[in-house]
Amino acid sequence: MSISVSHINKSYKTVKALQDISFEVKPGELFGLIGPDGAGKTTLFRILTTLLIADEGKATVAGFDVVTEYKNIRNSVGYMPGKFSLYQDLTVEENLNFFATIFGTTIEENYELIKDIYVQIEPFKDRRAGKLSGGMKQKLALSCALIHKPKVLFLDEPTTGVDPVSRKEFWEMLKRLQEKGITILVSTPYMDEAALCDRIALIQDGKILEIDTPEAIVRHYPKPIYNVRANNMYQLINSLNTYEFNHSVYPFGEFVHYTDRRTDFNPKELQAYLESKNLLNIEIEKTKPTIEDTFMELAKS
Amino acid sequence: MNKNKVIQVEGLTKMFGDFTAVNAITFDVEKGEIFGFLGANGAGKTTAMKMLIGISKPTSGNATVAGFDVYTNAEDIKKNIGYMSQKFALYDDLTVKENITFFGGIYGLSRAKIKEKSNELIEELGLQDVANQLVGSLPLGWKQKISFSVALLHDPKIVFLDEPTGGVDPITRRQFWEMIYKAANQGTTIFVTTHYMDEAEYCDRVSIMVNGKIEALDTPKKLKEQFKAANMNDVFLKLARG
Repeated sequence: MSISVSHINKSYKTVKALQDISFEVKPGELFGLIGPDGAGKTTLFRILTTLLIADEGKATVAGFDVVTEYKNIRNSVGYMPGKFSLYQDLTVEENLNFFATIFGTTIEENYELIKDIYVQIEPFKDRRAGKLSGGMKQKLALSCALIHKPKVLFLDEPTTGVDPVSRKEFWEMLKRLQEKGITILVSTPYMDEAALCDRIALIQDGKILEIDTPEAIVRHYPKPIYNVRANNMYQLINSLNTYEFNHSVYPFGEFVHYTDRRTDFNPKELQAYLESKNLLNIEIEKTKPTIEDTFMELAKS
Repeated sequence: MNKNKVIQVEGLTKMFGDFTAVNAITFDVEKGEIFGFLGANGAGKTTAMKMLIGISKPTSGNATVAGFDVYTNAEDIKKNIGYMSQKFALYDDLTVKENITFFGGIYGLSRAKIKEKSNELIEELGLQDVANQLVGSLPLGWKQKISFSVALLHDPKIVFLDEPTGGVDPITRRQFWEMIYKAANQGTTIFVTTHYMDEAEYCDRVSIMVNGKIEALDTPKKLKEQFKAANMNDVFLKLARG
């Protein structure tokens, strides 16, 4: 296993940041930790990159124990923290050189690995890192995390606050790195990115809700789910929220995703109810659940 | 001026040296509308928003917000709008109640009014148990809900929301949007930026900025038709990638 986590617990004073976390990541796998701010993702990353010691439990990365063999881990992993943590006063090239030197290598030696990403910022190699745009900082940080050819790459929320176009490009880069044999553990609060991982762990409030492939997680959704639409979104949400048989009511883009408490639910009854609330142009049709539906269903119970 | 147009923008431009950050944008926002202001990082959204909330002077063009001119009446604009961003929301070292009192005071509400609004807000958000806790100890989703309510304290005509839901869990994100709908339904105009494309669908109309210009502006439905896209994410990708 590239990463093996077994019954990890970590608390800060009264806050239980991580509770009994266990999972494994196979060599070459792209594994996603999916959850909102405060779920414990960063704490877990810091434990696995040997920057923090767990209260209980064991973990290995690239075959090394995170406590007793932390020096070996530091040589074999790349870590891109959520906060930009390069030297703002060094230029792009100086930053990269710095990280290469620290790990006893050179830019030339591993250029092949970062080429794809670095060529995009190379025209700005004499610019100070602090003066780069968000997207360029991200590419530089990734280049620095890769310059010593790590076996395992840790990316903590690399796409938070990043627009959809840059997000898509970033995930394409990750796929290419994966093809080069690097194991990747990536966290994100964007549920739509979960589908791009081989396997994912849904995490909230320090607990893992489920671990599986994105397809399987969606398949496990327990109820039939419906797209509901009407002429007034706000009234529609209010009416569905006060419907006595509702199980869940969540806006999803142009629709509301609705599930019913009854096993013999008939959409026609709901249609009649919504009509009685003076809603117009009502549409109710069965739809497929998404990762986000599953996440909310698991987080609810 | 048309009374129903609470934001009117015409040829608004901002230059930094020879770089045109916002390039002659023109649009209107109506009272009670939820207006989504989208664009890639660096497209000029923040610069445009700063001009609209009266903290950055345009290089050229015209704009009125809540009936006030951005060049000459910036102070009046600030009194008539609410603003909330993900980066700056509330003071972590003050309690929920203290934050409400502080912002109420900033907005010039009377003590009696602050007390009334404070009770209302705490009741509505179900914050009775945490009203005297430091905001820093609360989950992000709660903070964002409180922050939005605080931005509405002085009954502003328009609320500007700059990526209000980034990183917030999916359930709270939806509760947040229900609050937005409610405010809009009561006549408050909502001007919102987001990177969640499903949230773009919740807006009445959406504009998309590319390299300083507004390249598309319409209802989500019409934008999807125009760009032959299944959802707003595809619209965005098609536009921003050219």
